[in-house]
Amino acid sequence: MSYIADKIDIAVIGGGHAGCEAALAAARMGMKTVLFSISLDSIALMPCNPSIGGSSKGHIVREIDALGGEMGKNIDKTYIQTKMLNTGKGPAVYSLRAQADKVRYQSEMKHTLEKTKNLHIRQDEIVELMVENGTIKGVKTQGNAIYQCKAVILCTGTYLKARCLYGDVITECGPNHLMAASKLSQCLRDLSITLYRFKTGTPARMNKNSIDFSKMEPQYGDENIVPFSFENTPEKIQREQVLCWLTYTNEKTHDIIEKNLHRSPMYSGVIEGTGPRYCPSIEDKIVRFADKKRHQLFVEPEGEGTEEMYIQGMSSSLPEDVQLAMYRTIPGLEHCEMTRNAYAIEYDCIDATQLKLNLEFKHIKGLFSAGQLNGSSGYEEAAAQGLLGGINAVRYIKGESPVILKRSDGYIGVLIDDLVTKGTKEPYRMLTSRAEYRLLLRQDNADQRLTPLGYELGLISQQRYDALLQKQKQTEEEIKRVSGIVVAPSEEVQQFLKQYGSTPIQTGVRLSELMKRPELDYEKLYELDKQRPVLSEPVKEQVNIQIKYEGYIKQQMKQVEQFQKMEKKLLPENLDYTAIKGLRIEAQQKLNAIRPVSLGQASRITGVSPADISVLLIYMQRQKAQNKK
Amino acid sequence: MHNILLEDTIAAISTGGTGGIGIVRMSGADAILIANKVFKAKNNTSLYHKKSHTISYGTIIDNKTDNIIDEVLVMVMKAPNTYTKEDVVEIDCHGGILVMQKILELLLQNGARLAEPGEFTKRSFLNGRIDLSQAEAVIDLIQSKTDVSMQSAVNQLGGRLYEKVKELRSHLLDMIASIEAVIDYPDEDIQEDTYQALEEKTKAVIAEMEQLLSSADKGKILREGLQTVIIGKPNVGKSSLLNWFLDEERAIVTDIPGTTRDTVEEYINIDGIPMKIVDTAGIRQTGDVVEKIGVEKSKAYAEKADLILLLLDSSCPLEKEDKEILEFVKNKKTILLLNKTDLEQKITVQMLERDRDKRDILPISVKENEGFEQLKKRLKELFFSGGVVSAEDGILGNVRHKNALYQSKEAMERALCAIVSKMPEDFISMDLQQANRALGEITGDTVDEEIIDRIFTKFCLGK
Repeated sequence: MSYIADKIDIAVIGGGHAGCEAALAAARMGMKTVLFSISLDSIALMPCNPSIGGSSKGHIVREIDALGGEMGKNIDKTYIQTKMLNTGKGPAVYSLRAQADKVRYQSEMKHTLEKTKNLHIRQDEIVELMVENGTIKGVKTQGNAIYQCKAVILCTGTYLKARCLYGDVITECGPNHLMAASKLSQCLRDLSITLYRFKTGTPARMNKNSIDFSKMEPQYGDENIVPFSFENTPEKIQREQVLCWLTYTNEKTHDIIEKNLHRSPMYSGVIEGTGPRYCPSIEDKIVRFADKKRHQLFVEPEGEGTEEMYIQGMSSSLPEDVQLAMYRTIPGLEHCEMTRNAYAIEYDCIDATQLKLNLEFKHIKGLFSAGQLNGSSGYEEAAAQGLLGGINAVRYIKGESPVILKRSDGYIGVLIDDLVTKGTKEPYRMLTSRAEYRLLLRQDNADQRLTPLGYELGLISQQRYDALLQKQKQTEEEIKRVSGIVVAPSEEVQQFLKQYGSTPIQTGVRLSELMKRPELDYEKLYELDKQRPVLSEPVKEQVNIQIKYEGYIKQQMKQVEQFQKMEKKLLPENLDYTAIKGLRIEAQQKLNAIRPVSLGQASRITGVSPADISVLLIYMQRQKAQNKK
Repeated sequence: MHNILLEDTIAAISTGGTGGIGIVRMSGADAILIANKVFKAKNNTSLYHKKSHTISYGTIIDNKTDNIIDEVLVMVMKAPNTYTKEDVVEIDCHGGILVMQKILELLLQNGARLAEPGEFTKRSFLNGRIDLSQAEAVIDLIQSKTDVSMQSAVNQLGGRLYEKVKELRSHLLDMIASIEAVIDYPDEDIQEDTYQALEEKTKAVIAEMEQLLSSADKGKILREGLQTVIIGKPNVGKSSLLNWFLDEERAIVTDIPGTTRDTVEEYINIDGIPMKIVDTAGIRQTGDVVEKIGVEKSKAYAEKADLILLLLDSSCPLEKEDKEILEFVKNKKTILLLNKTDLEQKITVQMLERDRDKRDILPISVKENEGFEQLKKRLKELFFSGGVVSAEDGILGNVRHKNALYQSKEAMERALCAIVSKMPEDFISMDLQQANRALGEITGDTVDEEIIDRIFTKFCLGK
């Protein structure tokens, strides 16, 4: 017998990284929200690598934070090592990454959820979505409790019909032997939602005491740390950092793997799902790159309250005996004791092209989907979608226009646009190369790009917004000041330039011009500019980047201008593309399926040509002219 | 993708192409500004100061080299009383198709963009100049012309040019993938390109591009003509055909005796198409030895030709060497000429139709002066449709392609600049990617996933 348990605004299904952000955003924006998770002990679980951030993922975390999300703050509370990557490259690709204490990451996040007003977390499995007339009305738990609600956000991660595999062992479970969600898949199918089968994997964990670190190279964190959250300062979160370690596979390792390939479910055909190229198993690496003599492995702590170490670079679905043998060929792991073996995991995910850009299903009002369920991979990608899904569920309930980040607004915009417009045939990982305007989408300016929006949505405090305005004001003033200073070719100046291998100047030169020289920067030019005002590190960084790379930045801003013009040409939601003469049939079908909101989005659909876009433009113009008559 | 909104200034050759006089037309806000950069009026007045709908006389000058390109009439028509309701400039020139193309290139280098098929009409419609009933026609035009131009682009790109551009793209992709892989996987032990290596690779690509561009330079064709080779077995009428060209065409530019004692090369100009016709007649003198040598020699010339005129004696049945030559030219741009139609016919068009396009088989009689007009017509058709492409190095027959290559090269030069001044790699990657996108416009490849695909085929990455 089913019964009505409660009447709420928003139900979030799943308590992973997407679910947490979705639920927090919804509750913080004033909605009565319940987050359902099969096990409350798996809230914010990191079932794979013990780190947050990294190339392009670090950007996403900063964007989440800039919008008022939680991931950045939570990792700042629970990091045990942190590093700014790519500092030798340009500022656009500086990427922050932190090793997390996994258990603390979970408990801090869970505690945050528990303390949040309007938010209730509930351990239960949702087995049915209640949909009437194409509109979501509620969810039903396995205990037949019905929660009536106005919007639902699906954040089921890798749990739908999940099964874990290694060798010939197949366990019908989610990650870490947690219970899979076995009933919801059928319900989704019944609602005409297309499901795919994806696969990913994780390496083994070892007991630290069985590892000989003297045979590995230590990996240190940064001395000068940069917090993920714009709310934090380095001083506030300073702490002693732990070590990670580097070691390598060798020919012996590869030999064992090759001899046992036939025992891998990947190669014997048992695994049906599509795996990511972005994080292949060690078997894949050895087969695909047979001439590579060694692969590097990072040995990373899973936390401070545990002896477990994560063997990054060596995920596998080989049988347990083969795993043990291959790990024991690695320098330092000769006597390793596995605490958990490596495994592959298969799960159901949806065809994300069934979603609108606000992450709502095109054919079911009020039903939203976020995270790994949409075909992405990675904690950060999931969290970003959760945040936007949460925000948009609230906007939907309030009858407000959706919040859609453009590709020129942030990596989150790129992520969602890619998933929804193009779809994905393998787990989708963010890469800096996917962002066409990445020089503008830097991790250092995520606050300038997105915090005004977060403030408008009610996710950013007045205090934090004021701090941003202050930062921007100081940056502008300093850029103006530096651009006004002219340096004369004095003995002192030439000596200074010589010291940095910089060509001497003939006439007076603006300080800002000197800053543009590759060998110089704002910091170094202090010598010639000792009267400068005292400014915070983030302001100095902005001044330096904005002056130094001005030419490139302007060039990219021009491209964005062009891009935005196309994005602003809106297409009617109910347009019947098959009725438009002149569109090729493939384009008609694709456009009818994806239903792009703008000409810009239409132009990114695979199978729609520039000529088709021209035809659409003319069609729209004609409609406009006809409407006038 | 091009900006298909009405923001920029577009240019195109707007006459059909045959005949010596043609119009290059521009439309858009910068039309007058761009025209003014390359036009010098006889009376030295700037086009800015011209009243709308007036004509100026003067010369088009390459503003990089100061070379005079052509004497022209320029008509300035100001918005809104024009076909597109935008500022329109028309340049009437008379130097033939190559001069028109050169002028068009100049306009493109000075800020105009090559018009899409049907784009003048499209703008006319979008700006409300033509009425609704014409809109359907515009749509058809865009779609059908695009199909045709896509096809002709593929045809033009057949063979070595296509391979060459593909190869350049592959080099670029490797460079980009190396940079991007390191950025996206900073922990992996990937062999990074040093600045020195990047510099060398970039220079090599630029050098290749320059070579392609110079082979694409219409000036070269102007000087050297479309390389046309007459082949056929002895006594088929090759020399007579050459003489026929020379007799008929009074516009002989030069007369250079054969550079080797075996050949005669003549320069002629047919309605603005400069041609260098090579008669392999001389090979008869070695004829005595074995006729096989003749065939081999013909092959050697044909190998380098833009166009082959294969002459057959229609009064004799096909012989073994005819067949051998036919087989050899199968995949080359060839016009089959069935000579001696004045005699009894042993070979007919129908007999040869099986493996080739009917349009490229022409019966002629040099002796009776029959079929020459058809031959000239076909030559023009081939030239203006872009059907003739140099086999050697690949001549870029098409202004669009050349413009894309030019832009690609400019981006590579910016990349080189960034490399030399040791800018961080991702800035270098920005320029390389721009260069790659421009090349993609030539081959029609989308850049979308290809960089990412290359990263993961080239490098072993991941957890």
